[in-house]
Amino acid sequence: MSKSKTGIITKVSGPLVVAKNMEGASIYEVVKVGDEGLAGEIIEMREGEASIQVYEETAGVGPGEPVERTGKQLSVTLGPGLLTSIYDGIQRPLDEIASKAGDFIPRGIEVPALDEDKKWKFEASVSEGDSVVSGQVLGEVEETETITHKVMVPPHISEGTIVSIESGNFTVTQEVAQIKTENGKESIKMAHKWPIRSPRPTKEKLLPSKPLITGQRVIDTFFPVAKGGAASVPGPFGSGKTVIQHQLAKWSDADVIIFIGCGERGNEMTEVLQEFPELEDPKTGNPLMERTVLIANTSNMPVAAREASVYTGITIAEYFRDMGFDVALMADSTSRWAEALREMSARLEEMPGEEGYPAYLGSRIAAFYERAGQVKCLGKNQEGSLTVIGAVSPPGGDLSEPVTQNTLRTTKVFWSLDDELANARHFPAIDWLNSYSLYTEDLSEYLDEEVGKSFRENRTEAMRILSKEAELEEIVRLVGFEALSGSDKLVMETAKLLREDFLMQNAFDKIDTFSTLKKQAEMLDAVMSYYRKGEEMLEEGENVNEVLEMEEKDLISKLKFKEE
Amino acid sequence: MSVKYKGLKEIVGSLVLVDGVKKVSYEELVKIKTADGEERMGRVLEASEGRALIQMFEETRGMELEEAEAVFLGETMKLDVSMDMMGRVFDGAAEPLDGHPKPIADKSLDINGNPMNPFSREFPDDFLQTGVSAIDGLNTLVRGQKLPIFSGAGLPHSKIATQIARQAKMEGDFSVVFGAMGITFEESQFFVNELEKTGALDRSILFLNTADDPVIERVTLPRMALTAAEYLAFEKGRDVLVILTDMTNYCEALREISAARKEVPGRRGYPGYLYTDLASIYERAGMIKDKPGSITQIPILTMPEDDKTHPIPDLTGYITEGQIMVSRNLHQSGIYPPIDVLPSLSRLRDEGIGEEKTRDDHDGLANQLFAAYAKGQEVKELATILGESALSDTDKSYLKFSDLFEEQFLSQDETENREIEKTLDIGWEILKVLPRKELKRIKDDKIEKYLDEKEN
Repeated sequence: MSKSKTGIITKVSGPLVVAKNMEGASIYEVVKVGDEGLAGEIIEMREGEASIQVYEETAGVGPGEPVERTGKQLSVTLGPGLLTSIYDGIQRPLDEIASKAGDFIPRGIEVPALDEDKKWKFEASVSEGDSVVSGQVLGEVEETETITHKVMVPPHISEGTIVSIESGNFTVTQEVAQIKTENGKESIKMAHKWPIRSPRPTKEKLLPSKPLITGQRVIDTFFPVAKGGAASVPGPFGSGKTVIQHQLAKWSDADVIIFIGCGERGNEMTEVLQEFPELEDPKTGNPLMERTVLIANTSNMPVAAREASVYTGITIAEYFRDMGFDVALMADSTSRWAEALREMSARLEEMPGEEGYPAYLGSRIAAFYERAGQVKCLGKNQEGSLTVIGAVSPPGGDLSEPVTQNTLRTTKVFWSLDDELANARHFPAIDWLNSYSLYTEDLSEYLDEEVGKSFRENRTEAMRILSKEAELEEIVRLVGFEALSGSDKLVMETAKLLREDFLMQNAFDKIDTFSTLKKQAEMLDAVMSYYRKGEEMLEEGENVNEVLEMEEKDLISKLKFKEE
Repeated sequence: MSVKYKGLKEIVGSLVLVDGVKKVSYEELVKIKTADGEERMGRVLEASEGRALIQMFEETRGMELEEAEAVFLGETMKLDVSMDMMGRVFDGAAEPLDGHPKPIADKSLDINGNPMNPFSREFPDDFLQTGVSAIDGLNTLVRGQKLPIFSGAGLPHSKIATQIARQAKMEGDFSVVFGAMGITFEESQFFVNELEKTGALDRSILFLNTADDPVIERVTLPRMALTAAEYLAFEKGRDVLVILTDMTNYCEALREISAARKEVPGRRGYPGYLYTDLASIYERAGMIKDKPGSITQIPILTMPEDDKTHPIPDLTGYITEGQIMVSRNLHQSGIYPPIDVLPSLSRLRDEGIGEEKTRDDHDGLANQLFAAYAKGQEVKELATILGESALSDTDKSYLKFSDLFEEQFLSQDETENREIEKTLDIGWEILKVLPRKELKRIKDDKIEKYLDEKEN
């Protein structure tokens, strides 16, 4: 290591370390800080002085200790072996850390992101002499039973000719092919690195047209998110944000799931780790874990790595998207990421914006959600999508705070979680009057084909009834239910059925936890048929109470638990 | 490895600046000796080239710039732990308060600890009976959970906490670690006496920082308590219940330090890192795979103006696995324990209940009780506007249920240790006042098994 590559610490203040003699270092370069070699990243340069955010606890580090430069940007390693892993915010596998260092995470530990000894069976799909372009699939590896990993021409090679390629068993660091390019021969290995702060390139962004089926009735029916779309779930604590995120990770029909636990509870990650290997993927019957990558920076892990964790996650997600998969990424919670930004910003003594958050908060959030999308991948005729679903934890449940507001500006779906619904144990506590989805139009063609036109008509009618109920409730509060007209009573009763027998869904019930689109359409139709029949009966002059208690009603509540 | 410097550069409030320092590290402990030989402790807040900013744990009164000496101890804050700590009372600097000598150390541990690897965690799913119906029945506590009590000034949260500490039933060796921050002498004595009365003191470790003790020690005290708890739990295999009171005082102390450092304040003047800081305390609850022992945390906090959206309860709620809400209304109507079950929540409830853990009807019954009580409260509101006579018969039955719920299910004596079966049976008993068709949250076979069969 040449001498010029090492700086000296001049100041330590929490996760911020300042070092001198750092001439020639670049912004976002990764460095090793102090005698223990803690991982850090340069976030500011002033002549020879660098401000570094350190991804580990800095107690015990002091001025005079060295800072070693690596010359590399903060990157993730992409290749077979990502699936089923659990990583910390800077892609260190937590299971490896545990086996190396025990139950608590020590500092300065270094572990490779992918198992470098494991041999994967690589099957080439191109041959010598073929000309290839960036992103083109060179061969396949069966990474898990569910997912066949595609080894692609890395983005930095725009085109070339295959000089050699070989099928067989290789580790991720061994050469599987050689490509001749303008700049000479390039050796291709199954794994390559990509800097987390740069989006991976695609050929073209497309407009989303298919829904991400989540099996959650209130979402799929009323507020759907498209594959390649972005959604946000803001809600006060206890309103069930995490359960919703877990439900989506479990049941949505994406091929690959990236779950980022960003500044949340350690036990929640443990729950995922214990549950996912045992749950069956409804599509393939294999364990859910086989299509999942977990990123965990729990709230007691270093705050700077929290900032990196969302980028680590989304870069891995983009990598799978580039293979042509439908990928869904859940980030729980983006507020913790924003708070990490705020903490670093304060330590850098930057001019604060709203509520102490840095002025660039909005642009960072927007740039993150824009990495979602339905895309035409590089390479040949592949399409993939990346759906991003971010939880937001507004302080005091106040949606006017900066993180929520900036998020709403870029996401097209808003699932508003409501405290009162949660208190009444109405789960998922998605408030049907406040939430919205701007994808309903884009998805209509798909829905008409899958479940028929009547579904959308029922949906519109159901929504009308639910908002009418809110109006009528005011009246009931003043004059009582008995004072309502017959048809208003029918509206109230139908709304109640909609709420209790359709919107409410028990995540912990084996059957109710997931409903196919077809089942949702049937259930909705059952409720709406009740309403239509009730209207007819009222017109014929039948007694209101008999109308309300017609026999069809009892069947509706049983539908939830009917096996498909 | 300690280094001594003579003379201080600045003293502002509880902050001390020392110049010309050669080798210093972040969070390093510093001992300042005053001219008359007194020793006071502090730690490094900011370490720069040649200078160190020190946060004193004790008062700076009487300290003088030129004559004082700063001794850098070359290590971060540690706690000496051993099994002999059981049954002992310490202050915020881990000095014994009970007049006995300091226990001989088995180990010296960094009070900040290291974050528990999520991969090594065991997901908590063992029912922990507290003998309090409002908790066991509806907001079930689970071994290894962190479940705070959200209370207000003048409410009986201490009583509830000690009742839990006394009654908590665990299978293995069970200990209590108690950390008091900035509470009054009387309150702290209440805990000590209660534990002593029931003989629980022998298996407890107490750390007390009363309202007149140094403010800064309030910041390190919970970390000491948890370090001791981790030692008992993960090295000695004990089930440990940690009670921390009052977290509001802890946060106030944090704000005081932050303001002294002139940091950019977040909401209501609390530092922007309050969430991270609280998490580093609460997240130390839990269990480890394939190891005996557990840490269950019950932090108590008094919500300023009973406001749940205040930053302290708000951020706490985002980290902990639920909350137990103490209600002023219930307290004023003479109900003990005055736990408002509707806004209370135990996120791990569903993991800890059901067949083989509590009883197969628990889940459905709890949901039904919640829903019915919520509906009852709604009807009550309606009744105050319209008058009770305007209510339908069904609504009236909800009103009746609501009263029974508060009188029979919620209320219990301070010394009553209710078994879970009894709690559930009371639940079924009071549901009888509701029309059968209203019991929508319970599956039919459970209704037959527990309601109908018992009738006959």
